[in-house]
Amino acid sequence: MKDNRIYIYGFGNPGRQDDGLGPAIIDRLEQDNIAGIITDSNYQLNIEDAHNISQSDVVIFVDASIDAEEPFTFKRIEPSNEITFTTHSMAPESVIALSKEIYDKDIEAYVMAIRGYEWEFNEKFSQKAAHNFNEAYIFLTGKIKELLV
Amino acid sequence: MGRKITIEPVTRIEGHGKVTIQLDDSNNVTQSRLHVVEFRGFEKFVQGRPYWEVPALVQRLCGICPVSHHLAAAKALDVIVGAGTGHGLTPTGEKMRRLMHYGQFFQSHALHFFHLASPDLLFGADGDPAIRNVIGVALEHKDLAVQGVMMRKYGQEIIQATAGKKVHGTGAIPGGINKNLSAAERDTFLKGADPLNIDKMIAWSQGALEFFKGYYAKNKDFIDNFAVFPSSHLSLVRKDGALDLYHGVLRAVDSEGKKILNDVDCQDYAKVIAEEVKSWSYMKFPYLRSIGKEKGWYTVGPLARLNVCDFIPTPLAQKEFEAYKALTNGKPNHMSMHMHYARLIELLHSAEVIKDLLKDSDLQKKDLVKKGKKQKEGVGIVEAPRGTLFHHYRVNADDQVTMGNLIVSTTSNNEPMNRAVNFVAKSAFNGKKEVTEGMMNRVEMAIRAYDPCLSCATHALGQMPLEVTLVDSKGAVIDTRRK
Repeated sequence: MKDNRIYIYGFGNPGRQDDGLGPAIIDRLEQDNIAGIITDSNYQLNIEDAHNISQSDVVIFVDASIDAEEPFTFKRIEPSNEITFTTHSMAPESVIALSKEIYDKDIEAYVMAIRGYEWEFNEKFSQKAAHNFNEAYIFLTGKIKELLV
Repeated sequence: MGRKITIEPVTRIEGHGKVTIQLDDSNNVTQSRLHVVEFRGFEKFVQGRPYWEVPALVQRLCGICPVSHHLAAAKALDVIVGAGTGHGLTPTGEKMRRLMHYGQFFQSHALHFFHLASPDLLFGADGDPAIRNVIGVALEHKDLAVQGVMMRKYGQEIIQATAGKKVHGTGAIPGGINKNLSAAERDTFLKGADPLNIDKMIAWSQGALEFFKGYYAKNKDFIDNFAVFPSSHLSLVRKDGALDLYHGVLRAVDSEGKKILNDVDCQDYAKVIAEEVKSWSYMKFPYLRSIGKEKGWYTVGPLARLNVCDFIPTPLAQKEFEAYKALTNGKPNHMSMHMHYARLIELLHSAEVIKDLLKDSDLQKKDLVKKGKKQKEGVGIVEAPRGTLFHHYRVNADDQVTMGNLIVSTTSNNEPMNRAVNFVAKSAFNGKKEVTEGMMNRVEMAIRAYDPCLSCATHALGQMPLEVTLVDSKGAVIDTRRK
């Protein structure tokens, strides 16, 4: 696979403890200078992300989860047109659905849901979330290598 | 048998909103109420923190309008560091902040129209809910969906260029800004490859307005009679009465247009606005002191701003404003669906302001920060996309925050949203034996016009954004709907 065809997108609020797991994964990937990927992060997904991911073949969304299996889950997702009733966020399934409709792009998409536990105004992860983060990061870098082959 | 209908967006941390509609035995609405439970801990959280951290810290409050909190806090701290208010900053400092702010307005208003409003307009309130959303718009009106996506993206990129980054930007600091706009960035926003340039954004903004006006011409009865109720309106205006979303004085008008708050300095907001605390809600209830708790509530946001200001200081938006004001003979507009119309006029205005700012060479200058004699207290007020946002801080001799007070637009709009929901519930539900998805959607449409912020600061997977539950008077669930 060519470089930059894998888009890793972490989302969440780094100011709310474990909610920042997704953006922290992106920070770590950038610190480790992992090659061949596009990294991005934001508070939440929204409609412009349909455009942002449309140049890639594979997208991996990384987010904290209140109820995922520990330490994390990694699942393939399919497009879905279910939409929330506010402008405040979109689900990963909706983003790839929008990308498909606008750009005729079938993107291979995954969600990595890292289990979180605490959500207060703090930038430090809970102890268990920090453990889950490490497990998730090891898995993710392995997955990236696999996809780049 | 009386019935109770509940529409409940559930977020998994501190906040949620729900609508409860109580029906009597004849299926007539006896009461409806929108409950918004908003996290109030932040004002405690900032206490003891160094004041210069606050503009960055407040972005933790909200993932959808962090720029508004960032700028309101920075404006309050401008006063504390002795830089004064509004025009007290260096030209580069103020104009960079304005660019950030109008970039936020542009992306937020575009998002609201294309994501929330256009599906209802294109497919109707009773349209198939499976396609009555932005993806349905993409399926049947791809050009419109592309415009929504790219307009949002353009605004987001302006925010990134002025605030430094998308998450927890640091652009605004007490007394000014920490970066200017490079010539290369300016050229990209002015003359970037199609469609990401300002002339295209202005053209698309005009197109969105024409789309709405076309719909309005064909559906005037619906637009003019959906959730109509008299209200007072409040917003910032420039000292000469112009619409100004970043800085000005506080003005309010009553339902007939008479000024009831006459251009009050923002630093004096607490003399004219009080907040009531009620035992059953975390939310505060702001009201105009001169009118009192019962009748002193007011509306904020796009409808209010165009009811309060005298004119719009950009030519294309001013022309639209004149046509809009003519609909009510210059009197305040109380039609909730006209919120969309007002929002689109502001969208066009924002694009015009962005263009004017991009052409201003002050953005490339290097005098970014101004400071003066330190003060102990400061108030910063901006018009956020959803309405007037107040930040108020006091600091001690050690530069620590000792008091923080915030009034966010959703709290000001609490009473108006309740009235809108009540109006729609009575017209949609009265005498009906069954609750249809279209009826539920009408209630949501009333709420969507205001686009309330429901404690959106966290967004981990697993949350359930909307649940509609229908229960009878004995508490038995008749129906549940989820979105």
